[in-house]
Amino acid sequence: MTSPASSGDLGASEVIPSTAGGKHLDRAFRAIAVAAGLLVLAILALIAYSTTSKAWPAFTHQGLSFLTSRNWDPNQDHFGALDFIYGTVLTAVIALAIAVPASLGIALFITELAPKGWRSAVTYVVDLLAAIPSVVYGFWALAVLTSPAANFYGHIADTLGRVPVLSSFFGGPAFGASFMTAGVILAVMIIPIITSLSREALTTVSQDDKNGALAMGATRWEMLRVAVFPRVRSGLIGAAMLGLGRAMGETIAVALTIGSSAQITSHLFRQGDSMASIIVHNFPEATGLHAAALVGLGAVLFAITIVVNMVARVVANQTSAMSGVGQ
Amino acid sequence: MTVASPPAPTNRDDPGAWVLERAVSPRRRLTNALATSWMLGSLLLALVPVGVIAVYVASRGAGVMSLSFLTKNLPVVTQFPGGGIAPAVVGTLAITGVAALMAIPLGVLAAIYLNEYGRQNRVAKTIRFMADVMTGVPSIVMGLFVATIWVSAGLHFGYSGFAGSLALAALMLPIVIRSCEEMLKLVPDDLRQASDALGARRWRTVVSVALPTALPGIVSGAMLAVARAAGETAPLLFTIGVTTKVNPNVFHGTNTTLSQEIWFNAQTPFASATDRAWGAALTLIVIVFVFTVVARIVASRFASIKR
Repeated sequence: MTSPASSGDLGASEVIPSTAGGKHLDRAFRAIAVAAGLLVLAILALIAYSTTSKAWPAFTHQGLSFLTSRNWDPNQDHFGALDFIYGTVLTAVIALAIAVPASLGIALFITELAPKGWRSAVTYVVDLLAAIPSVVYGFWALAVLTSPAANFYGHIADTLGRVPVLSSFFGGPAFGASFMTAGVILAVMIIPIITSLSREALTTVSQDDKNGALAMGATRWEMLRVAVFPRVRSGLIGAAMLGLGRAMGETIAVALTIGSSAQITSHLFRQGDSMASIIVHNFPEATGLHAAALVGLGAVLFAITIVVNMVARVVANQTSAMSGVGQ
Repeated sequence: MTVASPPAPTNRDDPGAWVLERAVSPRRRLTNALATSWMLGSLLLALVPVGVIAVYVASRGAGVMSLSFLTKNLPVVTQFPGGGIAPAVVGTLAITGVAALMAIPLGVLAAIYLNEYGRQNRVAKTIRFMADVMTGVPSIVMGLFVATIWVSAGLHFGYSGFAGSLALAALMLPIVIRSCEEMLKLVPDDLRQASDALGARRWRTVVSVALPTALPGIVSGAMLAVARAAGETAPLLFTIGVTTKVNPNVFHGTNTTLSQEIWFNAQTPFASATDRAWGAALTLIVIVFVFTVVARIVASRFASIKR
């Protein structure tokens, strides 16, 4: 890339005599472009303001126990959202545990293993995963996956249910629509974004560095460990965090597969509920304080995902800044 | 969608291949082989869902697909058999189209600011960063946002296709901005300097030189954003209401989309509803797929021009 200022301020407009009208047009065009850019900031601010102010009655009614209480009973005006927060976090963690190793593997396949001609084809197919709509994933999982999944979980629960520590995670009873199913579907849905960002980070490592490691007699794996991973660590962490943000905000597929029965349990095969899921199931019919509380959940979800995304971007940008290539 | 078998690791372009075969201890070779199989296994893990879901939706959807399925109105209640999904097809196209008409021009303008005016100044950096962050805002939050300022509170305009378009446009905007900026970045500065040297004003340079050069890339990025928006459900459930009749007017009256009909029909145990959902899912996937593939073709044409 050439230096940022190279195309600007060449002084052409001073040299060439021009009409005043052109100058105004130029200013107007710039102003419109700036306004369009500032729209991003305006929308984000407006989201924060409108959701918080709509949810304010519920926040003041419930206080801090909105985040810490487990009692969610709209009929009694109790709005403790801890069960849903737990469900959101747990499903996202399951999704990450599956998607991060898988995405890194795919990204490495694309950058290290695949013949040149294959790279774009593989990238294309992985991107297709992102093209399948969330509701189709959810519907497919609900209609096709849940009953074999329940059987499969049942077998695992029978086996691991007797092992002391594992039994508290994999013990029965097992449900087809559960934390686990939602987490697996989420994993498939966030693989494309984690893969593409990991791939971006991996390509910032120069071939010379890799060749250096290979020339020292390293196997491909040792080369990755020595010359590649230390360089791209922050990029990979950023990619995983962006995946986390996506997983926590994903709504429809989770709402269809998590079982919609709020509880806090370490058992991954049991039913649960998530913030996005409770909102989407209840908001259309909710009124008054109930609606305010659901918007409040949305505001909390917004805040969490904004923070996660900001940190992720800052961390991810460190890789490209440090390596000096890319950008 | 070709699910080809992974290539045999011949190590032909691997400079260390002969060392691997002769001088490396079995333990190191095993670790390396495990790492390689992890990469191949991950790839399979990603290919299987695409293949399985695509084949399943295609086979179930094809069973209900017919001209009347695509052209008839929805039944009054989801459990009633018969009817079609015409209102959802029209709604999906109209609502996504209006959203694209808002988000694409604004997104391109914002990208022009970022790459042609702001570059690395503080405002541009902030907008660029926040646009990246905005791509991660959950779609359901966009739905709640439009519901609170436009539909049931705030301005109290009520349910309409346009409210859904607003939510989808907010989702598309940051995607369009970032992809468009990447494309403008690829336009060589020599072209801009040549235009400047001819005495063109900046807006002239942007409109006559930078934009046309980057156009295929911009179109491709915009189409990918449209494809993503067309499949969205959560932002629409609180904004467009429900209807069983075709409503091409997004500005007036309630509406429906394919994604919303899948959501409604998926949650009832009736076979007629499930069949309708499969049909709608196939239709939606075809629409999204066509957009994605056309975008890719446009993008690859751009890449070949650049070389």
